[in-house]
Amino acid sequence: AAGMFLRLLSDVRWRAANPKWRRMTCSQRSTSSTAEPHPVSLPAQAQVVICGGGIMGTSVAYHLSKMGWKDIVLLEQGRLAAGTTRFCAGIVSTARHISIELKMADYSNKLYQQLEQETGVNTGYMKTGSISLAQTQDRLISLKRIASSLNVMGIPCEIITPKQVAQLHPLINIHDLVGAMYVPEDALVSSANVSLALATAASRNGVQIHERTSVSHVSVQKGRVTGVETDRGQIQCQYFVNCAGQWAYELGHSGEESVNIPLHACEHFYLLTHPLKEPLASNLPTIVDPDGRIYIRNWQGGILSGGFEKNPKPLFTEGRNQLEIQNLQEDWDHFEPLLSALLRRMPDLEALQIMQLVNCPESFTPDMRCIMGESPTVQGYFVLAGMNSAGISYGGGAGKYLAEWMVNGYPSENVWPLDLKRFGTLQSSRTFLRHRVMEVMPLMCDLKVPRWDFQTGRQLRTSPLYDRLDAQGARWMEKHGFERVKYFVPPGKDLLDLDQSKTFYKPDWFDIVGSEVKCCKEAVCVIDMSSFTKFEISSTGDQALESLQYLFSNDLDVPVGHVVHTGMLNEKGGYENDCSIARLSKRSFFMISPTDQQVHCWAWLKNRLPDDSNLTMEDVTWKYTALNLIGPRAVDVLSELSYAPITPEHFPSLFCKEMSVGYANGIRVMSITHTGEPGFMLYIPIEYALHVYNEVMNMGQKYGIRNAGYYALRSLRIEKFFAFWGQDLDAFTTPMECGREFQVKLEKGMEFVGQEALLEQKQNGVYKRFTMFILEDHDTDMDLWPWWGEPIFRNGRYVGKTTSSAYSYTLERHVCLGFVQHFDEKTGEELVVTTDFINQGEYEIDIAGQRFQAKAKLYPFSSLFTHRRRKDEVELSGYQRE
Amino acid sequence: FYLTPPQVNSILKANEYSFKVPEFDGKNVSSVLGFDSNQLPANAPIEDRRSAATCLQTRGMLLGVFDGHAGCACAQAVSERLFYYIAVSLLPHETLLEIENAVESGRALLPILQWHKHPNDYFSKEASKLYFNSLRTYWQELIDLNSGETTDVKEALINAFKRLDNDISLEAQVGDPNSFLNYLVLRVAFSGATACVAHVDGVDLHIANTGDSRAMLGVQEEDGSWSAVNLSYDHNAQNEHEVERVKMEHPKSEEKSLVKQDRLLGLLMPFRAFGDVKFKWSIELQKRVVESGPDQLNDNEYTKFIPPNYHTPPYLTAEPEVIHHKLRPQDKFLVLATDGLWETMHRQDVARIVGEYLTGVHHQQPIAVGGYKVTLGQMHGLLTERRARISSVFEDQNAATHLIRHAVGNNEFGTVDHERLSKMLSLPEELARMYRDDITIIVVQFNSHVI
Repeated sequence: AAGMFLRLLSDVRWRAANPKWRRMTCSQRSTSSTAEPHPVSLPAQAQVVICGGGIMGTSVAYHLSKMGWKDIVLLEQGRLAAGTTRFCAGIVSTARHISIELKMADYSNKLYQQLEQETGVNTGYMKTGSISLAQTQDRLISLKRIASSLNVMGIPCEIITPKQVAQLHPLINIHDLVGAMYVPEDALVSSANVSLALATAASRNGVQIHERTSVSHVSVQKGRVTGVETDRGQIQCQYFVNCAGQWAYELGHSGEESVNIPLHACEHFYLLTHPLKEPLASNLPTIVDPDGRIYIRNWQGGILSGGFEKNPKPLFTEGRNQLEIQNLQEDWDHFEPLLSALLRRMPDLEALQIMQLVNCPESFTPDMRCIMGESPTVQGYFVLAGMNSAGISYGGGAGKYLAEWMVNGYPSENVWPLDLKRFGTLQSSRTFLRHRVMEVMPLMCDLKVPRWDFQTGRQLRTSPLYDRLDAQGARWMEKHGFERVKYFVPPGKDLLDLDQSKTFYKPDWFDIVGSEVKCCKEAVCVIDMSSFTKFEISSTGDQALESLQYLFSNDLDVPVGHVVHTGMLNEKGGYENDCSIARLSKRSFFMISPTDQQVHCWAWLKNRLPDDSNLTMEDVTWKYTALNLIGPRAVDVLSELSYAPITPEHFPSLFCKEMSVGYANGIRVMSITHTGEPGFMLYIPIEYALHVYNEVMNMGQKYGIRNAGYYALRSLRIEKFFAFWGQDLDAFTTPMECGREFQVKLEKGMEFVGQEALLEQKQNGVYKRFTMFILEDHDTDMDLWPWWGEPIFRNGRYVGKTTSSAYSYTLERHVCLGFVQHFDEKTGEELVVTTDFINQGEYEIDIAGQRFQAKAKLYPFSSLFTHRRRKDEVELSGYQRE
Repeated sequence: FYLTPPQVNSILKANEYSFKVPEFDGKNVSSVLGFDSNQLPANAPIEDRRSAATCLQTRGMLLGVFDGHAGCACAQAVSERLFYYIAVSLLPHETLLEIENAVESGRALLPILQWHKHPNDYFSKEASKLYFNSLRTYWQELIDLNSGETTDVKEALINAFKRLDNDISLEAQVGDPNSFLNYLVLRVAFSGATACVAHVDGVDLHIANTGDSRAMLGVQEEDGSWSAVNLSYDHNAQNEHEVERVKMEHPKSEEKSLVKQDRLLGLLMPFRAFGDVKFKWSIELQKRVVESGPDQLNDNEYTKFIPPNYHTPPYLTAEPEVIHHKLRPQDKFLVLATDGLWETMHRQDVARIVGEYLTGVHHQQPIAVGGYKVTLGQMHGLLTERRARISSVFEDQNAATHLIRHAVGNNEFGTVDHERLSKMLSLPEELARMYRDDITIIVVQFNSHVI
């Protein structure tokens, strides 16, 4: 029979636009006034121009207008909600791994729920709930982790048995399930109608919407948006918002000043069927079967089912291509594995009749997180795009955060994980994006395990020592395109291959990292840390010092040769960056920041440093190789190589000196290690890197030197309670909240950014406190390992989440770092967190639903560590970054 | 009882062989990229043979398939010997002299052929001396005949075919003191074999065909589709010219008895063949040789049997029909195969299957639901079947194997049906020949960069 069908079907080619589908999805449109073509001419100017009339553009317009901005024009090249938004499957799901994504989805859900009442537009909102299925124990662990997060946020959520799944959904085959997660408040909407509803509300608030108007480019003067050119004329504006979805990349590159928006489209398929004989109830829960790579929702009595295949089809690599758009056809052969998964999950659907296979391009980003925020190069140019096929779940929340960002200068939540500035030009190669999204799309369904590394787009930025380290067994991870060593596999030892090493439990490198840590403690190790962002700021007069004193919280007017740890704070006193600054001379400074700060920190300083030709800032990241010499014998190795006295008397802690190492001159040696261990950072001009490395390794032999990687560094810094920007610290954390008051000089004699907020905190106390937790009854070999994002309970009540964790080989315990808050038991209001509050509690950490007792500490265990040098004390209270 | 897919594969792959022309400096300057060959027996033992060799003293490559009948002896002998006769026919006078001098003075011989053989393709050691002597006599005659003209390939092919058949006949008449060899040469002569041989030298492709095996050229059209061009004519009753030829060679009185039931003298399917001295020798000669021959020959009813209406022998010739073709860029491959393949598959399908296999593009019409009523289950069945079809392509590393899979396993929709394939391959020996013939295939892939 199948053969007959082949003949039957192959005679008839699919027409590009099925009129039936168009009528179906657009039936609502005629009822909406905003959707009618506007013959009205464009205004000459506006405060904000939003490009893109999908869910993102309409949501931004909606929220901006709600926040009081009225002078807004929204431009859509075709018709409203006609792109990816129209084809969106309409599932609003809060089951997200990252806390900020979870908050966006939760807000979206609540927004959509009342949208019909607010606007009168039927959004098709239906609270169906969703069930995420687990076919394996590992998947169930992953779901339990999400469930823990949802519960502490007040979103109802439950881990259920396969039997309960069968009770909630009549069609599911449960025999291969080990469990599931049920989120009863998840919903379904018609995404096009949600978008139209948002547009309707926005236009009532005064937003002008123009369809069939395409933006050709954005005008920029002196690094600021001044207007847009469209096919229907010019509009002058102060703000431009790029919500162009899969065309955002191209639009970003169409202006005079390029804005890099790294995203790439992939084809995405889902299936629509005719109704069942007994039509499915419209409140039937949505099924997500990540192990089968599919989702299934009820749709007009039948089902809608799509998924994320292992072999995605990227498209539009060379930009917008009319041919490709027209050729977007159903590809049944490509869909076959997903169809098999569907029929395996719901065998009774065999007899159900197919209506259509929809091919709808979705845009994906290099790290599976969406892109929002202001361009680092063009002020007033905002972006919201790259939703990784979760546009409808994020739409409401993302639009709100971006609107807050534009109106208030920053959103009400930490959105660094989604910030456009986490990317630079280095992620903008089309080849890179094409390869990376082919890896990212299948990841939507893959197990999210700790310490996962992307496999594509690698070996882009490397240290000059890369080959040397690789030959010695280095295993690599990547940060901001830079290859960094995780650990070194000793010769003769084999690790599991990548897929098998995915675990929520003790990883196979445990002993390897343990021996690296031991060597750092007892002898000396070398870690290549070249990926650090390095800037040089200098001036002809005092301009550099004056500007930096204003932009940084610590006192930088220190003697030449001193290194200062300091925060780069925002007005609220929160950390925009956390860095070390060495004073090279009276008028020049060498600044070291975390790897992924390269774009953000540059933009932050660029926008705030005075426009003065006598003051220069240069990114010298690529000019220096950084070697970290950690351990008690580091001093011996360095003395033998330099002939310069580097005993503590001559080379105290937090000191920087240019000296020669081996034959190479001009090496910047700093007495810091970012771990609390004794040792030195060597900043080596790259052409000397190999020489210095060889000298260090040769000389170090008699002191037992060996290579080490970032996993060892991580374990060292966490057991010493060192916070790390981007992981523990963010724009919503002040130095007062993480025990770093000593890095703030409130009385340094001049005003600095964030000073007022810090003064207020100093007087009134803080509302969260960075705390260290030692897990007590946790069995490293048998229990699930903490990662980050685990809820913290004090006396049985939720008080915050962990931000990082590591196994301490010294304490032989797991250490978690995290923030503790104090919620009023009755009102839930946030109260001041005092030292007593922290110290007088019984703590538990929730790892995938299982709670472990933990001991809270506000200060590191200095007594546990050997005191070889006085400087330890100073560095202990220092800081660390990765 | 069904064979599992791995069992099916091990049967299909047992005789597969591939040869890639070696590259120099990363380039293959030959017009041939390489070839895949395979055979699937129906007779036990198989009566088909295949050969492939590179000419070392002249340029060019020789490939051939040989379909034996009344035993495999003749096909085996032809597969071992024919290419030597062709190579020698092609050799210039000086080289022939050099070889003769080397043999004369006991020096090492210039190698003439480099064989590309599957381990199962054997050469009979016992007869090598005899065969060599016959060959040497041939080249000695060529030396004596020295015409001074450059050798024409077509002529060389015709001469070689005729000479070998002649030698087969003579050896049987003369006999051999060694009783094993004596019986062997008789079996070779009394059995028969067709031959379809390709000689490729640069863009010059010659096909010499004797009998009903076939050579087919695979041509890729501008739109990417595949078409087939025949490069040989079958010598059988379906070929009017061939029937005409046979009738011309015999008196009008025999016209009615020459071709009966589409067979030569009502007995033989191919109208040209090696061996088959029963259709070539006079009755007297046949009787004398059989009578003086070993007992085994005397006991054999077939050899003693004289064809009916046998008046004016010879009725059969080994002279080939030679077709010359200049290779064009669109000529992508050549298929040489015994009639076992052509009985089951149309040449157009052969061209498409091999073409798609070699280019790695499996043009499957995309499926569209359109306005038809299709259920998820039906679609699923269809898709898994399509995927199986693609995976069957990928599980073959050899174009000839792939073709055999289709020849044996194809269902009415032109797709490989595993059940059918499994049934056909598990037939007991005595039944197999009723459902299919021996199949031998060589697929030669041409080098478009050179042509």
